[in-house]
Amino acid sequence: MMVAKSENAVATSSAHTSGASAPGDRSGHELHAKELKQQQRREQWSLLSLALPGALIVFFVIVIPVSWLFFLSFLGSDGEPTLQHYRKMIEYKSYARTFSTTFQVSLFTTLICIAIGYPLAYFLAQLPARWAGIFMLAVLLPFWTSLLVRTYAWLVLLQRKGILNDFAMQIGLWDSPVKLVHNMTGTLIGMAHIMLPFLVLPLYSAMRKIERDLMHAASNLGASPARAFWHIYMPLSISGMVAGSLIVFILCLGFYVTPAVLGGGKVIMVSTQITAILENQFNWGAASALGVVLLIATLLLLFVAARVFKFDAALFGKG
Amino acid sequence: MSWWQSPASDTQVTHGGRLWLYILAIIIMLLLVIPTFIVIPMSFSDSQYLEFPPSTWSMRWYHEYFGSNKWMRATWTSLRIGVLTMLVATPVGTMAAYALYVSGHRAARLIFMYMLTPMIVPVILIAIGVFYFYGRVKLNNSIAGLVLAHTALAIPLVMIIITAALRSYDLNQERVARSLGATRLKAFFVITLPQIKFSVITAALLSFLTSFDEVIVSIFVSGGKTATLTKHMFSALRDYIDPTIAAISTIMVLISTVLLLLVQLAGSRDK
Amino acid sequence: MDTSVSAYNENTHVESDQALPITISGLTKRYGSLYALNSVDLEIRSGEFLTLLGPSGSGKTTLLMAIAGFNRPDSGSIRFGDSEMILMPPHQRNVGMVFQSYALFPHMSVAQNIAFPLKLRGVKAAERLSRVNEALETVQLSGLGDRTIDQLSGGQRQRVALARAFVFRPRILLMDEPLSALDKKLRERMQIELKQLHRQLGVTTVYVTHDQREALTMSDRIAVINDGLLMQVDTPEIIYNQPVNAFVADFIGESAMLPLTHTTNGILEFGGQEIVQTPVSGTDRTWSMVIRPERLEIADKQAVPNESLIVFDGVVRESVFQGESAFVLLELSDGTELSLRAGGGTDSRAQRLQPGEQIKISMQRHDVIVIPAGQE
Repeated sequence: MMVAKSENAVATSSAHTSGASAPGDRSGHELHAKELKQQQRREQWSLLSLALPGALIVFFVIVIPVSWLFFLSFLGSDGEPTLQHYRKMIEYKSYARTFSTTFQVSLFTTLICIAIGYPLAYFLAQLPARWAGIFMLAVLLPFWTSLLVRTYAWLVLLQRKGILNDFAMQIGLWDSPVKLVHNMTGTLIGMAHIMLPFLVLPLYSAMRKIERDLMHAASNLGASPARAFWHIYMPLSISGMVAGSLIVFILCLGFYVTPAVLGGGKVIMVSTQITAILENQFNWGAASALGVVLLIATLLLLFVAARVFKFDAALFGKG
Repeated sequence: MSWWQSPASDTQVTHGGRLWLYILAIIIMLLLVIPTFIVIPMSFSDSQYLEFPPSTWSMRWYHEYFGSNKWMRATWTSLRIGVLTMLVATPVGTMAAYALYVSGHRAARLIFMYMLTPMIVPVILIAIGVFYFYGRVKLNNSIAGLVLAHTALAIPLVMIIITAALRSYDLNQERVARSLGATRLKAFFVITLPQIKFSVITAALLSFLTSFDEVIVSIFVSGGKTATLTKHMFSALRDYIDPTIAAISTIMVLISTVLLLLVQLAGSRDK
Repeated sequence: MDTSVSAYNENTHVESDQALPITISGLTKRYGSLYALNSVDLEIRSGEFLTLLGPSGSGKTTLLMAIAGFNRPDSGSIRFGDSEMILMPPHQRNVGMVFQSYALFPHMSVAQNIAFPLKLRGVKAAERLSRVNEALETVQLSGLGDRTIDQLSGGQRQRVALARAFVFRPRILLMDEPLSALDKKLRERMQIELKQLHRQLGVTTVYVTHDQREALTMSDRIAVINDGLLMQVDTPEIIYNQPVNAFVADFIGESAMLPLTHTTNGILEFGGQEIVQTPVSGTDRTWSMVIRPERLEIADKQAVPNESLIVFDGVVRESVFQGESAFVLLELSDGTELSLRAGGGTDSRAQRLQPGEQIKISMQRHDVIVIPAGQE
């Protein structure tokens, strides 16, 4: 009879299900546990050791120097520990001006990038993939070109007798040459040009991920094109936009070359002030303290970014 | 129905109704590209001053550049440092990216973050820190010192590119190879590497460019006989404007364009 | 641990130079406090086709990967024949492996893919060529050696992956859901082909799937696994006809579970009807009866239970014509839902049933399966 047979099977299965601890045949229970653990550890270490050369280089170039600066920022010129460098930042007007300039330049650059980058990314995201790839070269090419070259190009374009002034006077925008460079205007133009790809690339990839069917559905349900855009597309693309904006803002905070050249000494950002302190006063403590503040501001922003988004996405791009 | 009236989007907006977007996007793209290429006509000008369009044409600034000891030496220095950086950063970064991607160890994510710090720490801070530290260990004005610093800057890029390539690659292939009798090392070189090779090439080219175009660390750490091209260019731009820079810039733009096109081609091959 | 009586004939699979038995004992793998494998004991006989069957996350793939050497268990033993393999790296285990994604090397031609394991073993070029061709012939892909992988269809890729896995004559072949990427028709054909290939090669084969029908079709034996525990290891017939617990009964085939009650005289009953003698081992626990839809029949209105027949009263809820059969959903008087499958040609009564109709259904007493109630 079948019932009898299945009874037999039940008996065996209950040995399994009741915690698998039938006495006597448990000799193999922890078999090879030690060797397996050893092997596991050995394999992990040999894998991780592949990352060692890179980790050492980063240690040598980033960790040691930056920690050293951190240490120096608490030393006075007499070699005694002090907080004077940090105190000066609060007390001196020139520091406050530098911080405010840095913040303004970063903020305005970011805003300009959003204003210009959003339509561009939208345009690219609407194209068929093949065409988008070709037009994308217009974004990638400047991205790959030395920023010194691009800064130099803007110097040429924006000068008193440069193309832009000529063109504007010809079409009657203004009568006499306007000073477009060696000031805030020039700095912002140059910075926005250099930063734009950092906004467009993440924004574009966020827009590409938006399902076309969603817009389809919205319009089928009777939403006007404008309504569909503002209520569906915009909110879905906003994560890419915020990620890109954060990258731009963070990169602007520490930017050096473009403000130094296009600002013509009139736009003092944190980075330009750091070099000025080193060149003029050779004051390592003060320069380091300023650098530490810059680093902390950057890390705070990244921390916020990591909280809001996935970290990896916010870190994509060229430093 | 003409193209003009055909629907352009999923919300039945026509191409005609979209015209403003197309015009705007094209203006923006021109604004992006023109400043990159404007240096080319500039470099053939005969004038001392930055005039555009040039009134007379000549090869004067190219003669100036190729005839100048200072510029030639700086160019060779930059090329050497760029190539060395590429040769170090590519294998080192690839190894690290592979190890961290495959290991699945709890610490792998943390180590990955750590390896990205050169991208996070403001470059100005790295520059003065390295300058101070190198002063202590006598590495300032040395090729080795610059290569090391540039390698650190390039490692995050290499790692991001290689990790992305590994993500779109089926690691089971390596497993199969191992079950078929290949050691892990052999499986990597015979199976994995050939399939991510275009990403590796992209990473290599980008690490070269990272070094070749790098300004800030070079300003501080290089000098004298090892001064880089970008260091000379920067001081030339800040202090007085030497039109030779237009000639140099043209060459740099050409290099970038060629490398970018190579990478685009490589990218389409890897898919 | 092997499960009891089996209809399996040991004599058809003597240990040969083509196959090795696999002995797994005490195999344990934990992720945190979760057991992926909980002290698994399993004897895989030389040359048999054994399927590891279970839902996703049951531990079946973990077990397969442990045999291949890609997943390192916490403890236990895995022996191929007489040699302990648990510490051996994958490339020294000499097992052929087919992955779900096939994992063919796209930068090599079909022939290069298949020649890869031979090359690693230092087989000379001439012999390599003949063995690759032989393997291609076995999987019916003769003449396609020069193709690149992206020129192949899904079914062809599957065959190449297979050829690559057996061309170096491993004595153990492992397959991880190799057919799941194929469409239904092709999958059913490949099941038969795989079965034939197994017979031809005679190699010990461990096959992972979550598809119970596939497992029933192909296997010599099935090991049902859930939550890292082996539930039952036996031939498809026994697994289907005599599941040992509710999980196996529910996972394999369609079934309904009826709760049984004890009577004082050592008999289990349902709805006042005596079903079976209470099994000796379980007078102190509750039991259920497993009912397979195809074992039920529509009975005459005046049918009564006797020593060979069990009869239920039910109300028809739905009756569905499905081509080769008809499917009837019923509700018993106590509210339990039952389904019945009747061959379309033989039992035309099933097709004429209307929802709400009162009917009697019957099943043979010897088809009764009792299992401990509830999932343990």
